[in-house]
Amino acid sequence: MSDEMMEGGAVKKFCYVNRKAPYGTIYALESLEVVLIGAAFEQDVSLVFIDDGVYQLTKGQDTADIGMKNFSPTYRALEMYDVEKLYVDKEALEARGLSEEDLLVDVQVMSREEIAGLMEEQDVVLTF
Amino acid sequence: MKFTIQVNEGPYTHQASDSAYKFCEAALAKGHEIFRVFFYHDGVNNATRLTTPPQDDRNIVNRWSDLAAKHNLDLVVCVAAAQRRGIADEDEAKRNGKDANNIAPGFRISGLGQLIEGGIQSDRLVVFGD
Amino acid sequence: MLHTVNKSPFEKNSLESCLAYAHKGSTILLIEDGVYAALQNTAVAEMLKKAMNDFTICALEPDLKARGVRAKVMDGIKLVDYSGFVDLVVENDKVQAWL
Repeated sequence: MSDEMMEGGAVKKFCYVNRKAPYGTIYALESLEVVLIGAAFEQDVSLVFIDDGVYQLTKGQDTADIGMKNFSPTYRALEMYDVEKLYVDKEALEARGLSEEDLLVDVQVMSREEIAGLMEEQDVVLTF
Repeated sequence: MKFTIQVNEGPYTHQASDSAYKFCEAALAKGHEIFRVFFYHDGVNNATRLTTPPQDDRNIVNRWSDLAAKHNLDLVVCVAAAQRRGIADEDEAKRNGKDANNIAPGFRISGLGQLIEGGIQSDRLVVFGD
Repeated sequence: MLHTVNKSPFEKNSLESCLAYAHKGSTILLIEDGVYAALQNTAVAEMLKKAMNDFTICALEPDLKARGVRAKVMDGIKLVDYSGFVDLVVENDKVQAWL
């Protein structure tokens, strides 16, 4: 892994775009796994939550009765990996009857236009 | 240019693997370099050698193996996603106490870091999924 | 940025979301089932016509032909093959897939 890290040199802006809800499909969980592994590469990482992706961050997820692992605490661990730039679309929240208070981690809530601007500035965009 | 391609879905159920393949084919024909094709989520299912699709249709797994052989491509299957879905090479099978392995020629199993490295080292990252 | 949309606008909101976030002047490439958005007289035709004011909208011709709808493509949609798809990726600084 250290060889791979040294080869890179320049730091790129990596944006992980999350548009899907958790548990109904695996994309939310497995994209988070990429973020955690990717953190070791010390790139400039942003996570963007739009559309149903905002549901990944709701508080109080209790998966006991569906028999799946509750991976939502992992979002709180992100700052330990120096992944601190989490951006949530305000309109996506509102369309779903949610507010910042419903979210389990500190995020920056931004307008659609601001999120669009942020994504445009990135070097690499990963979607899942 | 150098491309890294990400394939998020398995063979046949979604068009993602087909689209990715056709894209790679076209890119190579134009003289570009495919730095890596990274198979994630159900995309790891493109790497099983146990498929027997109908004879009158494309063989997606073999097509990838053949393209890899012809152009010396790096086809990487994410280890975590592969473990979840039962794609294993000889080492992985041994390590996890399985009595068989099923990886197709031309594919190798490795970590998610290979995707990030692809994004860093390539000029473009193109994602095919659902 | 090049945006790719691969799902039908009647199945998912991916195209709608793409159009909401894409910067003016971007190129949007419809592939796979996404090409259905490029057809005349659909419920999304007006949305596409408006979008053409702000974006260059392309569609992957092989996917249109596969679905038997090549002849119904709206005016103003630029058709490309896989080689053209590669060119679009090269010409734009990055790609965002709207899955």
